[in-house]
Amino acid sequence: MNMALLSLLQQLIIVLAAAVMFSSFVLLGQVRLVAAIHAFAWQGFLVAMVTALVAASDGHGHLYFSAILTLGLKALLIPWMLHRQVRRLELDRHRESLSHPALVIMAALGLVIFSYWLVLPLVQAEMQFTRNIVAVSLAVVLIGLLMMVVRTQAVAQVLGFMSMENGLFLAAVSATAGMPLVVELGVAFDVLVAMVLFGVFFFQIREGIDSLDVDRMNRLTERTGDEP
Amino acid sequence: MAAWGFALIQSLLYLALAPLLVGWVHKVKARLQNRRGAPIWQPYRDLYKLFAKEARMAHTASLLFRAAPYIVFVATWLAAAAIPLLSTDLPTAAMADVIVIAGLLGLARFFLALAGMDVGTAFGGMGASREMFVSALAEPAMLMAVFTLAMTAHSTNLASVVEYQLLGEPFLRPSYLFALAALVLVAIAETGRIPVDNPSTHLELTMIHEAMILEYSGRHLALMEWAAQLKLLLYAALLVNVFLPWGIAQSIRPDMLGMAFVLLVVKLALLGVALAVSETVLAKMRLFRVPAFLNLALLLALLGLMSHVILEVGS
Repeated sequence: MNMALLSLLQQLIIVLAAAVMFSSFVLLGQVRLVAAIHAFAWQGFLVAMVTALVAASDGHGHLYFSAILTLGLKALLIPWMLHRQVRRLELDRHRESLSHPALVIMAALGLVIFSYWLVLPLVQAEMQFTRNIVAVSLAVVLIGLLMMVVRTQAVAQVLGFMSMENGLFLAAVSATAGMPLVVELGVAFDVLVAMVLFGVFFFQIREGIDSLDVDRMNRLTERTGDEP
Repeated sequence: MAAWGFALIQSLLYLALAPLLVGWVHKVKARLQNRRGAPIWQPYRDLYKLFAKEARMAHTASLLFRAAPYIVFVATWLAAAAIPLLSTDLPTAAMADVIVIAGLLGLARFFLALAGMDVGTAFGGMGASREMFVSALAEPAMLMAVFTLAMTAHSTNLASVVEYQLLGEPFLRPSYLFALAALVLVAIAETGRIPVDNPSTHLELTMIHEAMILEYSGRHLALMEWAAQLKLLLYAALLVNVFLPWGIAQSIRPDMLGMAFVLLVVKLALLGVALAVSETVLAKMRLFRVPAFLNLALLLALLGLMSHVILEVGS
């Protein structure tokens, strides 16, 4: 694709999509929970900006509504709820130790290449510039999945799940100019309900095993005394 | 012939400007810390003083210790000469592309580390091993970042990369933004500025570059210091001219060159202010945090490559 053929607005959309991809990496590599929540909020903000710019450049009026919904929900409300819960669970100084940070980042880069390879036929079929962003959004989904696999902390896993949802939303915006408003409202409501349920679960897990490290749920017996 | 004459003048300009940039950064830093600071031409005075002094050697020093300052200085100078400073019409840039520049810098670093180990003091060996540790991580990131630019311009020659940037109107390219961020991090690590190394202390636990040149004195020390200043200007010119090339002359005409010189000085002064501010607000990090810092640079460079392939050419 020739960058010279795109308008300034479209170039800005592509730059912001690249920034969404980078924020996914930041989320994956961040060991402090509060900083990870901030990275997630930034990702939501960037996705909302991409949506608003696609609306402005393609003239889809209803996408403005989606952009405002994303901004309010993903960039403000959900990070705020997570932040409050982390403070209530007294995890705001928590640092997770990743076992192989560099290896995980390399795996995520592999996922980016994989998602580009998957999207390649789609990209060749259509010439619309936002098609390229589908590869980026697929990569964001896969990196969210990877985050849920490698993290053992329940809050971090929820962040991975929510960033997967960001990726799906970005794919919908870039590939099909957004879903119908009813569907979008339904999804947004689902995410909100999921967030409330996760909040309840955090406290339940904490009651049950006295930690939010879900790896401990694999053990059948509860040893006493030697737990750190 | 005129082009070669100009290339010679430009490489001499590198030598002349290098201490000035360091002096400027020191001055701005001092003002930020509410000190008056040394005058801006203090590095020239230091070099003059060191050249006038007698060069002393340790008894255990070999021939290599004596030769290393000259090799380091000449290799760094040659690398600098191949980077466009005022004009892209440069025969040296046509001869040496960016891989040669990385190779020359590698040669300089190799001899610097050897000289550090040659005398056999504990500090020299420690500094050499740290320098190798940092540069082994920084070099792949630098090459990846430069390859991102090379893929866009279809050339590894820096003058053509700059000319490609000047062609047509400027675009927002995500790959350039990633490459810029990666190159800034690499430049900070390679020139030994604050989050990685502190150039203004001789604190035994933290020094990297200073530990290697601890045994040098007189003209040898002057050459080593001058080479380090030259390296800072080299990276500054690389960043300024590749990412913000507007104003650089594309042929050797006096009026264009004068304009290019004024703009270059303004750009370098702004970059120096940015460096001084970042060095004032940041604290030096632990040595074992440096791999994480350079991994970030590598990640940014790789994302630059990928966003070039996915977002800019893919369709």
